[in-house]
Order: sequence, then C-alpha cells, then structure tokens
Amino acid sequence: MSNTGDKKEFNVIRLWDADYHTLLTKKYLNRKPYVPRDEKKILSFMPGTIQKIMVQEGQQVKRGDALLILESMKMMNRVRAHADGIVKHIYVKPGESIPKNHPMIELE
Amino acid sequence: MDLKDKILELQRRREIAAKGGGDKAIEKQLSMGKLTARDRINALLDPDSFHEYDLFVQHDAKDFGMDKKELHGDGVIVGTGTINGRPISIFAQDFTVVGGSLGRMHAGKITKIMDHALKMRMPLIGINDSGGARIQEGVNSLAGYGEIFFRNTLASGVIPQISVILGPCAGGAVYSPALTDWVFVVDKISKMFITGPEVIKSVLGEEISQEELGGARVHAETTGNAHFFARSEQECFEQIKKLLSFIPWNNDEKAPRAVPKPPKAEYDIEKIVPVDPKEPYDVRDVIRALVDDSDFFEVQELWAANAVIGFGRINGETVGFVANQPLVLAGVLDVDSSDKIARFIRYCDAFNIPIVTLVDLPGYLPGIDQEHMGVIRHGAKILYSYSEATVPKITIILRKAYGGGYIAMGSRHLRSDFVFAWPTAEIAVMGPEGAANIIFKKEIAEAPDPEAMRKEKVKEYTEKFANPFVAASKGYIDSVIAPFETRKYIAHAIEVSVNKDAGLPRKKHGIPPF
Repeated sequence: MSNTGDKKEFNVIRLWDADYHTLLTKKYLNRKPYVPRDEKKILSFMPGTIQKIMVQEGQQVKRGDALLILESMKMMNRVRAHADGIVKHIYVKPGESIPKNHPMIELE
Repeated sequence: MDLKDKILELQRRREIAAKGGGDKAIEKQLSMGKLTARDRINALLDPDSFHEYDLFVQHDAKDFGMDKKELHGDGVIVGTGTINGRPISIFAQDFTVVGGSLGRMHAGKITKIMDHALKMRMPLIGINDSGGARIQEGVNSLAGYGEIFFRNTLASGVIPQISVILGPCAGGAVYSPALTDWVFVVDKISKMFITGPEVIKSVLGEEISQEELGGARVHAETTGNAHFFARSEQECFEQIKKLLSFIPWNNDEKAPRAVPKPPKAEYDIEKIVPVDPKEPYDVRDVIRALVDDSDFFEVQELWAANAVIGFGRINGETVGFVANQPLVLAGVLDVDSSDKIARFIRYCDAFNIPIVTLVDLPGYLPGIDQEHMGVIRHGAKILYSYSEATVPKITIILRKAYGGGYIAMGSRHLRSDFVFAWPTAEIAVMGPEGAANIIFKKEIAEAPDPEAMRKEKVKEYTEKFANPFVAASKGYIDSVIAPFETRKYIAHAIEVSVNKDAGLPRKKHGIPPF
C-alpha cells in the first residue's frame, strides 16, 4: 500500500525553496540542457543532404547570399547568410547527410 | 434451385467470405501472436451477439490488375452486437486480406457503421490492424480516410469512440484513433506512427525499430497517445469491458448506476497522507480509500504520472477523479500532465460524469525546457476545461495548494460547486519557505543568526498562513473536513448536485488553447 515509510528510495527535487521527496520520471531525467544559440554558426533547420556548397572558406559574403543547398523533404533549400561576414569554417561536404541542428557554416 | 439449395448457397458464400484472406494468411496472422479480426470481435462482444453487415461488399478498383482480385469483405468486418447486454457497433480491420489495407469500399463499410452508431446513439469500437492506404486505389483511399476522420469528429462528445490498435496503424490511419476518446494498445502488437522506420531512414538517415518508434510502450509512456496498455489481446478486451462499465452510452445519458459498496478496510484514509507536505505518498491509495470496493480504474497510468486520472464510483455513481501525484515529481503540473488532466475533464463534462479533484501540489514545474515547450499554453488548458465544465465539480484540498496550482486545480474561482479542505491543507501563494524568504528578507539578512531567524520566520508563516482556515474565512473553502469524512461529503455533494443546471454564454464553441 502506501510506501511513505522509507525515505531512502526517493529522490529530492528542489522547488522554490523547499526540498520534496519524490520519484523522478524518465522524461524528467532525460530532459536536454539548454544550449544558448550561437549567432555565428549556421545550423541545419531540418535533417537532410548537402547538395551544393557555393562559398569557400575566407570568402566575404553579404546578408542574403546563398551559402549552400540543403536538400530536405524533397525540397532544395537555399541556406543564406543572415548577416554580412567572412566564411570562417565549412563543416560539411557535398553529398553529406546531416541531422537537425548540425553545424554547416560558421561566419565571422 | 429450391429454398434449401439457396440457403446452402448462402452458407457456402458466407463460409468463403468469412475466411478473409484464406487459411495461409490466417496462419500467418496467428504466428504473429495476433487473433483474427473475427475472433477479436467474438472475444470482445457478448457470446452470439455479433451480427455482421456488408460481408459481400466488393471493391470496384480496376487499375494495376485489381479488377482480377477478389478481396473478401474488402478487408474489414463491421457489425453490431452487445457488451454486458448493451448495444455496441464495431468494425475490425482484417489484416489477412491484403494487409487490411484501406480502399474506398473498405472505408465505406466503416463510415456506414459509424453513421449507424451516431444515429442509434451507441458506442463505436474500431479495431485497427492495417498496412495503411491501398496504394492501387490512389486518391479514393485518401478520400476514405477523410470521410472517417470527419465522422470521428462529428461523433466526438456524442457517443463514446474506442480505438483498439492490434497491429500496424501507420500514416494517415493514425488520425482516426487520435480523434477518438480512448486508445487501447497491446505490448509487442500495436504499432503507430505517421512515418515508419523505412521513411525515417531514407529521409533522415536515422535508424530505429518499429517498436522503439511507435510500439505500445512508447505510446503508453512517452507520447500519451494511448490511454490503456495491456500485455495481451485478452487483457485489452477486459480493459475495454471495464471502461464501458463506467461510462454512459451517449451524451444524453448518465453512467449506469452500480450496486453501492464500501471501500475496502485495508485502505485507511487517515494513514496514507504524511502531515509533512514535502513527504510523498501514492494519491491512488487515497482514491482507493474513497471509492466503492476500492476499485479505481486508472487512465494513462504510465504517462505523465505526476497527475492521476481515472474512474471510480461513490455510492454506485461513476465519478471522474483528477489528482496530483506527490509520489512522482512531487505532483507538479507540467506540459504533459496539463494535457492529460484537461482532456479528461472535457471527457467527463461531455458525458455527464461528476468530477472529483484531489489537490496536493507545489505548483507548475520550473525549467527552461518546460517554458520552451509552451507550459503557458498547455497549463492554460486546465483552467479552460475546469471553467468550461458544467458537470458537478467537487474539489478536496489534501495538503499543498500553492500559487497558480491552487487556482488551476478545480478551485472555487473556476466555479467548482463544492470545495473542501483537510486540516492538513496549506493554501497560500507559495510554500512557507519561499514566502518567508521574500517577506522577511530584511529581518533574516540583518539578524545576528540569519539561519535561526529564517527558521523562525518560516515557522511563523506556516502557523499563520499555511492552513485551510484563511481560505475558509473568505468562503473560498466551503468546509474543512476530517479525512474520514471525505467520502460522506463527496457522496452528499453528488446527491445534491443531481439537478445542477449551469450554463455557458451563447457561443458556437470556445477557442481552447489547443
């Protein structure tokens, strides 16, 4: 029945200023830590395949310039620079399949 | 041919059609650990009560050599019968006939029985075991799904709709179960997903098995798409029959009354809840201490376990219970538990089932992930569904009721009809520790021994405010009651609410925070 006698099997969760004895769920334990967004790194917004890369490292690009084509869900998506800058690093190669949030290009 | 020959001819045709995809396909179905569609219907309905319709329906597809194929019953069995003597309509997809794939006539049989169910105001049970759309029938197959979804929506809140996933249910097909009230899954047999592992692999390069992607356990524990999880088909059928014993046949009726029974003596309500609000206990034991025969039928037991929902009876009357579960995540509300509670309240409200809420929570779960998943929008669903519900609403505050959690969990302010609190209740804007740290910040900081001062102020706040009497003095609580009086108070509240008539402003429908 009620298993309130033995405190040892419970975890402690701190909520506001109090410690509660309780069990934790798989989902709670597996929650992903927050990673602040790095404005300079361009990440894949969807999983897909790199079809073409239009820029080279060291190249000056303007806001709106097409950097590469990411094929995803049967759509050729042109990934564009969101600011003026220099291509610092290209992380992917044509033909490469990448997951979501994978770094593709870094600008500076 | 005389009559006798004609009857023999009918029997011969019936026998052939009843074999579905034939002996070999049946053998394969059994080897997968599954029953045949016909056996499933017979296992679920009262003996000899099933009456089948549309057995001789044939598809009319011509392309891709389909004109040469005869598909018995077009891959689905439909009919009516009884469960515990009450009328039921049912369809079961027959995987032995081209994988139970859905074509135009197959869908037509399903929509016909759905229309019957709605017209006759009886529950509809759908047993899903299908490879999906019949590709050879093209857009006709898609049309069939659309017609089913439309009827699921029209029937929602009018007749109970039960989906039983006993095989694959993939692609668009999953949306019919998702639109129904209750989804039953069986371990190792049920598979549900929008896009299967093959597509995920080819598009995204991610590898996962069907079981890990959308098996019974995944939907019962992780997604919340399923409401009941069973280890075998037989156990699943027992669960369906038990659920049906608690709910009314349509939205004009009340749930059937059972013979009243006292709770079992082993559940002593005074011994379950620790006085210290930071110590856990299983709130289901409190429910078992309250309901007839201690028989609590839990819904979504494995998903969002920090909230508990389900059915029980008080003096023979079905009641829908909503409770915080201090045993798991201290009973906080979060994205998933908000969805779970809000939908259950709407079910009870649609089907005239009184709601009893047991409150013991520290509040909503803090966290970046929760905020970013939209806990505001999800949490608002609880406020919406409690406010909108016009069935009798009875709330009992067992211990903690802090802040937004107090308001959300069936408070007086959302028009609960009766709000009771145990003497252990703490109704406050936040817990004593947090409150004392804010209110007495200066005194604590300036004290020679800040820790001692903090403890003293926490104690002072606890004594003055962490009790039910402040709320009772404003009339927010109707009665402060001893735990052992709870069942009596609930029973009486239901009794006097029998003619409750509470309306909503005239509207087509509201805009809930879906």
